[in-house]
Amino acid sequence: MKIFPNLIKKITESEIWKSVFRHGYADTSRNRVLQIISNVWLHLHPAKVREHGTKIRFTWCMGGITFFLFLFETITGILLMFYYVPDVNRAYADMVDLMYVVPFGRLLRNSHRWGAHAMVITVSVHMLRVFLTGSYKPPRQFNWVLGVVLLVLTLLLSFTGYLLPWDQLGYWAITVGTNMARATPLLGHEGPFAYILGMKPDNDIRFALLGGTLIEAPALLRAYVWHCIAIPVIASALMMAHFWRIRKDGGISGPL
Amino acid sequence: MEVREKKEIVEVKDDKVFAWPNLVAKEFLAAIFVTVGLLFYSYIVDAPLRELSNPGQAENPAKAPWYFLGLQEALVYFDPWYAGVVLPTIIIIGLILVPYLDNNPKGNGYYTVKERKFAVTVFIFGYIFWYILIYIGTALRGPFWAFFWPWEQWTHDFPTPPPLHDMPLPLGIILMMGFYFAGLVLPVFFKRDILYKWGFIRYVLTMGLLLTMIGTVIKMVLRLEFSIKYIIATPWINI
Ligand code: HEM
Repeated sequence: MKIFPNLIKKITESEIWKSVFRHGYADTSRNRVLQIISNVWLHLHPAKVREHGTKIRFTWCMGGITFFLFLFETITGILLMFYYVPDVNRAYADMVDLMYVVPFGRLLRNSHRWGAHAMVITVSVHMLRVFLTGSYKPPRQFNWVLGVVLLVLTLLLSFTGYLLPWDQLGYWAITVGTNMARATPLLGHEGPFAYILGMKPDNDIRFALLGGTLIEAPALLRAYVWHCIAIPVIASALMMAHFWRIRKDGGISGPL
Repeated sequence: MEVREKKEIVEVKDDKVFAWPNLVAKEFLAAIFVTVGLLFYSYIVDAPLRELSNPGQAENPAKAPWYFLGLQEALVYFDPWYAGVVLPTIIIIGLILVPYLDNNPKGNGYYTVKERKFAVTVFIFGYIFWYILIYIGTALRGPFWAFFWPWEQWTHDFPTPPPLHDMPLPLGIILMMGFYFAGLVLPVFFKRDILYKWGFIRYVLTMGLLLTMIGTVIKMVLRLEFSIKYIIATPWINI
């Protein structure tokens, strides 16, 4: 009868177990603190938080969910990278394979896509909540600024991903989007005052974005590198700063 | 900080709770709900995948991703340099400036409309307007970006829209300058202390951004009601 509890005791008191888990699970105040501060991930949180900050009706949990969606996208994105090659001759076929051949490929691609849309929505709702609680007021001004940059990065992440399937939808959407760059004042060849800097289709800002005058292989590669490496790295760095600042600014905002 | 000094020693009510489990449990639950919801949705709805891209055959209508359709919709009313570049830039700069422009100390860390009517009204207006434009661009625009109500069939033969005309240049310039001038000066007459409370730079920046937002809407109305193409039309730049 006592085999099971004994076994558990043996395991949890072994040297190996204790080298991994530093403290027990008894529900004491001390353990609740240790639970947070001895765990590198949970340590993002302070050991104690103001109660209203844990209320869903205060934060709507939107910042947290945005972050979670970012993690979700990172994982599904890495899995997609195993199957997808950013080559104009292969990209579309890889998509079709994902939808019909790769085990769980359809679920993988669908959830990556819908997760990206969801993230755009949650980040904008998060911004709305931060505005409505006036949480950008001193001392949190700069965290709002970081947030705005994160908002833009979230949109760019989603936008760069749009081209990757290399289908009509993405191709023409990116065409419409990048055509705007042509019209950039001074820097786009169709923009106002472009003649001052001598802008032409093959040296303006759109050319720099696409790596060409048309959306071709270099544009696909650029979208891919921005989407899978550059923007995620920048966004991660800024998210770290964002979370760090929340604590340095005195934790979640609330009535004094 | 200043507030605290004045109040001298105040008993700060300690309403703190342990992050474990009070906060972490909720986050964990949220993560589970989101994952389940997302996987369920992905199981029943496929992500779009159209035919292989074909540079020779444009989609009609060709639409940007939905979150940029507000800007694409603005293209109906403005030249691309404004709708696609300057307008989004102004929005981003405006958002970044929010904490530095809003110097109302009230409403920091709790929900209130009463204590910050101006800020909340302006923000909510912009927020809703952004999504209305997205809705129009997404759902109500068909081939050649023609307008269709939700109950109408998308067709390629819709009536030719009425011809558009530009405002005479002097009138356009006067109207534009008058708009910004009146917008900057009139509020000071109605609320004398506003300049003093906000400071000159903050006042000009705030009102400048607000007027640009309102002006963007006004231009759309002018276009829809009076078929005005440009308020200011010059060989170099059109607004
Ligand atoms: C990738 C995007 C973002 C992520 C992952 C993120 C994440 C978070 C998280 C987890 C919190 C804690 C409170 C909460 O969940 O509401 C938070 C707070 C905050 N966020 Fe964000 N955020 C993002 C974008 C933004 C944006 C777009 C803004 C504003 C323009 C913003 C401004 C703030 C501010 C000022 C706080 C402190 C709020 C307070 O103390 O009440 N963040 N963010």
